[in-house]
Amino acid sequence: MNIQLTVNGKVQEKDVDPRLLLVHFIRDDLGLTGTKIGCDTSQCGACVVSMDGKTVKSCTCLAVQANGSEITTIEGVSNNGELDPVQEAFWNNHGLQCGYCTSGMIITTMELLKKNANPSDDEIRDGLKGNICRCTGYQNIVKSIQAAAEVMRS
Amino acid sequence: MTTRIFGSGIRRREDPRLITGGATYTDDVQLPGMLYAAILRSPHAHAKINSVDTSAAAAAPGVVAIYTGADTDGVLNPIPCAWVPPGADLVAVAHPSIAKDVARYQGDAVAVVVAEDRYQAEDALELINVDYSPLPAVTNPEAAMQPGAPQLHEDAPNNQAFHWVAEGGDTDVAFEAADVIVKDKIIQQRLIPNAMEPRSAVASWTRATGELTLWSTSQNPHICRFLASLVTGIGEHKIRVIATEVGGGFGSKIPMYADEMIASFCSMQLGLPVKWTATRSEGFLSTIHGRDHVEYVEMAATREGKITAIRTKIYAGMGAYLSTAGPGVPTILHGLIYSGAYDIGATKADVYGVFSNTTPVDAYRGAGRPEATFLVERLVDLLAVELGIDPVELRRKNLIPKFEDGHDVASGITYDSGDYEPLLNMVLGQADYQALRQEQTRLQESGHYMGIGVTCYAEICGLGPSQVAGAVGFGGGLWESAIVRFHPTGKVNVYSGISPHGQGEETTFAQIISDELGVDVDDVSIVHGDTSNTPMGWGTYGSRTTAVGAAAMVLAARKIKEKARLLAAHLLEAAEADVEYVDGHFTVKGSPDQTKSIQELATMANVAWNLPEGMEPGLEASAFYDPPNFVYPFGTHLAVVDVDADNGHIVIRRYIAGDDCGPQINPMIVEGQVHGGVVQGIGQALWEGAVYNDDGQLITGSMVDYALPRAHLLPNMEVLSTETPSPHNPLGVKGIGETGAIASTVTVYNAVIDALRPLGITSLEMPLTPEKVWRAIRQQQGS
Amino acid sequence: MFATKFDYQKASSVSEAIQLLASNPGAKIIAGGHSLLPMMKLRLTSILMLIDIGGIEEMRGISVANGILRIGALTTHAEIADSHDVKDNAGILWETAYGIGDPQVRNRGTIGGNISHADPASDLPTVLKVMDAKFTIQGTGGIMRGGSRTVSADDFFLGPFETALGENEILTTIEMPVLAANQHAEYAKMAHPATSFAVVGAGIVVTVENNICTAARVAVGGFTPIPTRGPSVEQALVGKELNEENIVAATSLIHNDLGSDVFGDVFASAEYRQAMAAIELKHAIYHATGFAHHN
Repeated sequence: MNIQLTVNGKVQEKDVDPRLLLVHFIRDDLGLTGTKIGCDTSQCGACVVSMDGKTVKSCTCLAVQANGSEITTIEGVSNNGELDPVQEAFWNNHGLQCGYCTSGMIITTMELLKKNANPSDDEIRDGLKGNICRCTGYQNIVKSIQAAAEVMRS
Repeated sequence: MTTRIFGSGIRRREDPRLITGGATYTDDVQLPGMLYAAILRSPHAHAKINSVDTSAAAAAPGVVAIYTGADTDGVLNPIPCAWVPPGADLVAVAHPSIAKDVARYQGDAVAVVVAEDRYQAEDALELINVDYSPLPAVTNPEAAMQPGAPQLHEDAPNNQAFHWVAEGGDTDVAFEAADVIVKDKIIQQRLIPNAMEPRSAVASWTRATGELTLWSTSQNPHICRFLASLVTGIGEHKIRVIATEVGGGFGSKIPMYADEMIASFCSMQLGLPVKWTATRSEGFLSTIHGRDHVEYVEMAATREGKITAIRTKIYAGMGAYLSTAGPGVPTILHGLIYSGAYDIGATKADVYGVFSNTTPVDAYRGAGRPEATFLVERLVDLLAVELGIDPVELRRKNLIPKFEDGHDVASGITYDSGDYEPLLNMVLGQADYQALRQEQTRLQESGHYMGIGVTCYAEICGLGPSQVAGAVGFGGGLWESAIVRFHPTGKVNVYSGISPHGQGEETTFAQIISDELGVDVDDVSIVHGDTSNTPMGWGTYGSRTTAVGAAAMVLAARKIKEKARLLAAHLLEAAEADVEYVDGHFTVKGSPDQTKSIQELATMANVAWNLPEGMEPGLEASAFYDPPNFVYPFGTHLAVVDVDADNGHIVIRRYIAGDDCGPQINPMIVEGQVHGGVVQGIGQALWEGAVYNDDGQLITGSMVDYALPRAHLLPNMEVLSTETPSPHNPLGVKGIGETGAIASTVTVYNAVIDALRPLGITSLEMPLTPEKVWRAIRQQQGS
Repeated sequence: MFATKFDYQKASSVSEAIQLLASNPGAKIIAGGHSLLPMMKLRLTSILMLIDIGGIEEMRGISVANGILRIGALTTHAEIADSHDVKDNAGILWETAYGIGDPQVRNRGTIGGNISHADPASDLPTVLKVMDAKFTIQGTGGIMRGGSRTVSADDFFLGPFETALGENEILTTIEMPVLAANQHAEYAKMAHPATSFAVVGAGIVVTVENNICTAARVAVGGFTPIPTRGPSVEQALVGKELNEENIVAATSLIHNDLGSDVFGDVFASAEYRQAMAAIELKHAIYHATGFAHHN
C-alpha cells in the first residue's frame, strides 16, 4: 500500500506491506535509527515518537495507520544542531546512561511539558509510566525534566 | 590548564550523540546485501528432538537458507564455559549452538532461518516442523538434586554441575560454642536482567580474506573475540568484534551466546552479512538469568552479640548449560565475602551448582555479592531480634574497625581499606534514626505498620589480580591495557581495552588523562569497543572498569610524561634531573621561563627533528595494569517503608544510600550509578522474579508479566558518601557500579520484615508482592 | 514482534466500515490498535483483513445534552482525560481514563476499542457498568434502515473478550447519564505494577441525601470474566449512613456476588483478588464520600 507522511519535516512516500510497523518503517525504510525497539508488548517506550503532536509507541502502530500524519522522531527534535531544552536538560542532569531509552524519554517529556508546564515530581513520574529505564533509577530523569520545565517556563 | 578535573561532575561527552539519536547500536548497523536471521526455539523445557523438517520453510518467500543442529554440529565448537572453580569436580557439559538431539530449556535454539527481511524470516519459522518427544522437566535447583529428578546431562549425575566448599576458620567449633544460633531458608529468586537494548549480532564474513567482523552487544568485545575464535575456529587475528555502543548489560552481555555464533555461522555459510536481533520475548528466554539460589543459612553468636560464624548450604541454579562465567558467581564472587562489613571468625560456604531445565544463569548486577550480602544482613537482623538488641547497635558492635592497608577476613581474602562507622553514623544522622524508631512505635499503636531497614555491607570488586583469576579457575586474565597517544598538534587519543556500555567512562577516563597529562579535557578522546583498534582488555563487569582500566591508562600517561620530560631536557639543554613537570609543562628548576608545554613536546616528538640520541619518535605509550588486589567498597543503606495491612501494599517512603567507593572522579556519574543499582535491587525485593510452571514454561516471559521498576513506583533517593582511598591502585578508586544492587534488596526486605515484626512475621519470599504480605498477615492474625 | 500478513482497508464512514466487514469474512476492525496489535505482533491471533476506522470523524467527540454525556467510540482515553465535559459530569470516567495504561496508550487507545475488546483486566467496562452506560451499535442495516441498536453496559459484556457485538457490527457511541449533585462516583483499583491493568478494580456510584445512601450501583472487575455487579453490597448500602462501620460491613458482602469464575495469576491469586474486591470497594466509597464531605 502506498503511504505518504511527513517525518521531521520531510515528506516521505513509500509502498509498504500493511503489516509493517511504524517503528520498522522509521528505522529500516527511512534509516532513522534513533528510535529504538526495547520490547514487543508496548511496555517500554523506547520507540516513542510524536505523531500529529501526540506521543505514540511506534511499535504499536502500523505504518499504514500513520498515513497522512506528521511524525517527529528524536532526529527531528534539535533544530539545525541546536539542542532542544529537553535534550539539554537530560545532558546537564545526567538523565541518561546507556542511552537506549533516551529517545523515547525525551519525546515523552516534550509532550508532558507541553501539557503541564509546572509538574510536580509525582506528576512527572506518572507521565513516565510508559517508559522503562533500566540504568538511571529514574531519579535523574525526573531531575532533568524539572530542569527543562524551569528553562521552558522562563 | 591548572585546575584538576578529577572530582568534577562535568556532563558526559557520550550524551550529545545519545540525545540526538545519532549513536549506532548493533541493531542500527545496516550493511549492503544484509540478510536477517530468526531462530526457532524449543517450546518445551525438555524434549527429545526426533526430526526437524525444514522443507516447507525453505520454500517460503524470501528464505535464503535454513540450518539445524545437524549443520552446525562439528562445524561450530561447543559454547565454552570460561570459569571453572578448582576442586569443585565441575562437569563441563557440551553446549551446542543449535540443539540437535535434546532441547534442555524452553528457548534452546533448534533451527535458524535466514531471509531477506525480518518479517519473512519470522514467517518461515512457523513452517518448520519439529517432531519432539517431551521429557519431564525440573526447574528448581534444590528439587533438581533430589533422587528421581529428571536428568539433563548423562555426564552430570543428580544434575550436579559442581560442588564447591570454602571455609575459613573453624565453623563447626564456632557453632558448637555458640550461645545463640539463628537460621533461615532464603530463596534468591531467579531474575531476568532486561537491559533495555535487546541482544543483537551482525556477522559479516569475507570469504576472500577469511575475516569475520562481528558487531555484538557485548560488555567485553575482546573476550567475545577470544571465545568466538574458540567456537568458530577462526584465529583471533582474523576476527574483529565491534561493540562501541551497547545499551546496558548488567552482566547479561558478558557471556558468549549461541545466537551470536549462529549468526556468524550463517554469514560464513552464505558469504553475506547476517543480522540477528532478539525480540524482547526471545530475550526473556535466551539471555541469561541471574541469582536462583535456594539457601540454608545460619549464624552463630555470643549472648552479648558478637558474631562468631556464618555457615551456608546453597543450591545454585546454573540453568541447562554452564554460561561463560556462571560457575564463578555463586562461588568465588559469593562464598568469600560472608564476613561482609563485620569481624567474623569463621565462615563456610557449601555450594552446589545445579543443572535445571531453565535458561542458563550468569552474572547479574552484583553477581554473587547481593546474595551474600542478603544472607549476612538477614541473619544479623534475625540475631538482633533473638538477642533483643537494636539492629543498628548489633551491627556497630561487629563492624571491622578502621584499617588503611589490609584487613584479612576469615575466608582468606584481604580487604584493601575501610572506615565503616562514619558512614553508618552519617546515614543514621540523615535519617534521624531515633526519631524514626519513635515514629514507628507511635504508628504501631494506631495499627500502622512502618519499618526501618539498615544494612552495612562490604563487597569485593575491581576484578582482579590475574594470578588470583587463574587460581580461582577464571579462564582469562583480569588485567587491562591502554595506549595513550599524543598527536602532532597535542591532542590525545586513549585506546582502551576496556569498553563501557553506559557507565560514562569516555568522560571519566578523559578527566583522568586530562589531569595526568595537563591537557584540556576536550583535547582527550577515548577509543573503545572495537578490537581492531584497541589493545586487549577483559571487559566491563565486576565494577572493574575504573579501578583496573583507568589505572592502565594512568600508567601509560606516566610513561609518556617521563619521555616528554627527557625530551624537554634535551630541547632546553638542561640536565634531565633539573626538569620537572608541573601542570602540563616541563620546566627547568629555578628558571620558570625555561619551559616547554606538553603539547609543544608532542609536536617535537612527532616531527622528530631534534630528539636525544636513541629516543624513538612519537609520543605515545602503552601500559598493562594487573591489580595487586581487588577493591572493597562499603557502605550503609537505610530504607523506611510503610505496609498497608489491608492489602499488603508496600510503599518505600525513604531510601538513603551511603557508599564509599574511594575518590570520585565524577560525582554526578557516581550518584547515577548508585541510583540505578539501588533501583535494580529494589526491583528484586518488590517486583521481579522469574516463574516457571511445572512443565518448565516461563510464565513471566514478557514485560507484561515480569514487572520491572517503574518511575511512578519509586521514591527519590538520598545519596551520601565518604571517600576512603584504596591503597592498591594509582588512583585510589574502588567501584560503584554494583553497590546499589548489592545493598538495596536486603535493606528494603529488612525494612518490610521490621514493619511486620509486631505481627509475628519473620520471613517472606521475594518478590514481596502485596499478596504475599497480605497472606502472611492473615496467617498470623488467624493463628 | 512481526504480525502475519493481512490486507488493509481504510473506511471513511461507519457505513463503509460495516460494508467492508460484511463483505470480508474474518475481517477485524482496528481503531487505535492498542488492544489488537500487541496480540497480532506476538502472533497470538492472525487476521486476514484489518478495517481501519481511525479516520471516521463522525465517531469522535464528547458532548453533553439533556442530562446525557455522549462520547464517540473513537474518542481516545487522552481526550476523555482532558475533557471538562467529562470531568464535570462524570468525574469517575475522567479519573479512570487518566489511569489507563500510560500516556502513549491513552493517546492512541479509544474508548470504543477498549470496550469492544472486552479485556477483563480493563478499567472501563467496570466503570461504564456502574455509570449505567448505553452503547449504540450499528450493523449492516445502516442507521437509516434501522440497523442501529442500543445495548446497556449490563448486557454488553458477555465474557472475556466477548461482547454483544455481532459479526458485522460496530460500536459507535457511548452514552451515560450525567451525575447529579448528590451522586458520588469513584473507581479504585489495584494496578498491576507492570501494566497498570486492574488486578482488582472497583467502581461505585452512590446517591447521598441527608447523609443517607439512597441508591447505589457497585461493580468490580479485573478478575472476573466480565465486570460483576454487587447487588448484596448495593442493598446493604441503601438506607444507611455512609460511615466507616457501614461501609466496611456492606463492601465485605461482595464475595456473595462473585461467582466461582474468578481469575488469578502469578502476581495475585483468585483468593487474594476476591478479598481485595471488598478492600477496593471500601477505598472507592471512602474517596467518593470524602469528596462529598469536602464539598
